[in-house]
Amino acid sequence: MIQFENVGLRYGFGREVLCDLNFGIQNHSFQFLTGPSGAGKTSLLRLMLMSLRPTRGLISMFKHDTATLSKEDRAHLRRRIGIVFQDFRLLDHMTTYENIALPLRVLGKDEANYRAEVIELLQWVGLGERMAALPAVLSGGEKQRAAIARAVIARPQLLLADEPTGNVDPNLGQRLLRLFIELNKSGTAVVIATHDIALMDEYDARRLVLHDGRLHVYD
Amino acid sequence: MSMTEPIEGMAEPWDDLEAAAPPADALPAVAAIVPRNSLAGRSLGAVVAIMTFLASLTTGAAMVVVSAAGDWESEVGREVTIQVRPAPGHDIEGDLRKATEIVRGAPGIADVQPYTKEESARLVEPWLGSGLALDDLPMPRLIVVKLLPGARPNFAALRQMLATQVSTASLDDHRRWIESMRTMAETAVGVCIAIFALVLVVTVLSVTFATRGAMATNRPIIEVLHYVGATDNFIAGQFQRHFLVLGFKGGAIGGGAAILLFGLVEATNAWLWGTPEGDQVAALFGNLTIGVTGYLAIVLQIVFIALVTAFASRRTVRRTLQTID
Repeated sequence: MIQFENVGLRYGFGREVLCDLNFGIQNHSFQFLTGPSGAGKTSLLRLMLMSLRPTRGLISMFKHDTATLSKEDRAHLRRRIGIVFQDFRLLDHMTTYENIALPLRVLGKDEANYRAEVIELLQWVGLGERMAALPAVLSGGEKQRAAIARAVIARPQLLLADEPTGNVDPNLGQRLLRLFIELNKSGTAVVIATHDIALMDEYDARRLVLHDGRLHVYD
Repeated sequence: MSMTEPIEGMAEPWDDLEAAAPPADALPAVAAIVPRNSLAGRSLGAVVAIMTFLASLTTGAAMVVVSAAGDWESEVGREVTIQVRPAPGHDIEGDLRKATEIVRGAPGIADVQPYTKEESARLVEPWLGSGLALDDLPMPRLIVVKLLPGARPNFAALRQMLATQVSTASLDDHRRWIESMRTMAETAVGVCIAIFALVLVVTVLSVTFATRGAMATNRPIIEVLHYVGATDNFIAGQFQRHFLVLGFKGGAIGGGAAILLFGLVEATNAWLWGTPEGDQVAALFGNLTIGVTGYLAIVLQIVFIALVTAFASRRTVRRTLQTID
């Protein structure tokens, strides 16, 4: 699904924040991406999302060399990836329902065709009765679930989550982890960037550990 | 495989929280991707309205001045004056009649109006006072000659004829005045065009910067759309449409107010028509109307400013996307 070969990344003229990355993300796989704060987890996720270009090396996404893709092609490939941000990034003027349906609107689908699907997913993540609420009145956990629902509504092949439990209590963190595990079992490859050791101990999965800009893989 | 199919051996993570969803038809209408009533959007609308109003006023004022300058010039150019001077051994009344007849016979003349003694006295009354005995003064007499529209009489021949038959008469075709008037009119038109161009530039700049300001608050929307797989064209299109409507509404308010104002001025002008005040205004500014062309120019200005707003938003989206990507 994703293959990194000798990938390096630097910002401007600074030192390489990521160097010599060689790893792959397989279909239906589940992995934690971890490392200390500032290790480059978010940068690595952005490389996987094609929202950053590597300074060197080759990144292959869904069998396409990302360096040769046009902006249009990258946007289309991005539709096969769901992203969950630590700060949720829900749009304040839209209800929970509308936020979750956003990727489907971007795909040009008609509301009548996706309404039932969005409501079903909302119920699945426990936001059935909050669908008309604006993000401003949602709790942190509700916002995170809404963000996850938005990331998976278009049935992506890969789900990237950046510190999804960073803003929630341990109990809610466990619930969110269960949600990711279920999504993985339904066929979506999952990469969770976290520095929460306790969360990783909850589930036996592959670990990608970033340290000093280098990646160590523990299968 | 459905995302929401139950997974064997695992409970749903929020099964204990799951509550009945409200009926689908209870959901409000789907919100626009770009928020409609943001504070920044309202401020931009106000900027567009004010700048369109000012630009429309400048357009209208420029058109009134240009039209009035043309009127002044053609008004003076349609008239010539014959001066009959008193001279020893000459009957000034006889010379006046003779000169009048000569001019009446010339081609291209619409009307010949010799000033009577009383009319001549009234002309100098502001300087010499009333009750003047004109016979005691060597006062020249005037004949005002109106030309047919578009006519170019042969003034040289007319001047020659007068010189041979009425030696005390001389013809003034106002050439000096016309030249001065033309210079003044051209200067007025030039100044108006320069002011209009400056106002237009200021309008474009202020609308562009106000649009960029309004767009700055929309950066999170651009980012989210980008990350959920929207193409650049889709994102730019969403904002362009929104800002085109916003610019058009603001422009319609500002331009509409200017149209109303010009309509009101025209109506007042029509109401004052024939009164001394109306005559004074008409003498200075013509009939104070911007005409169909003026109203059309304002409508075009509204459309132009709306397009500037939309274009500025599109460019800002593109620039924002470049910083994200």
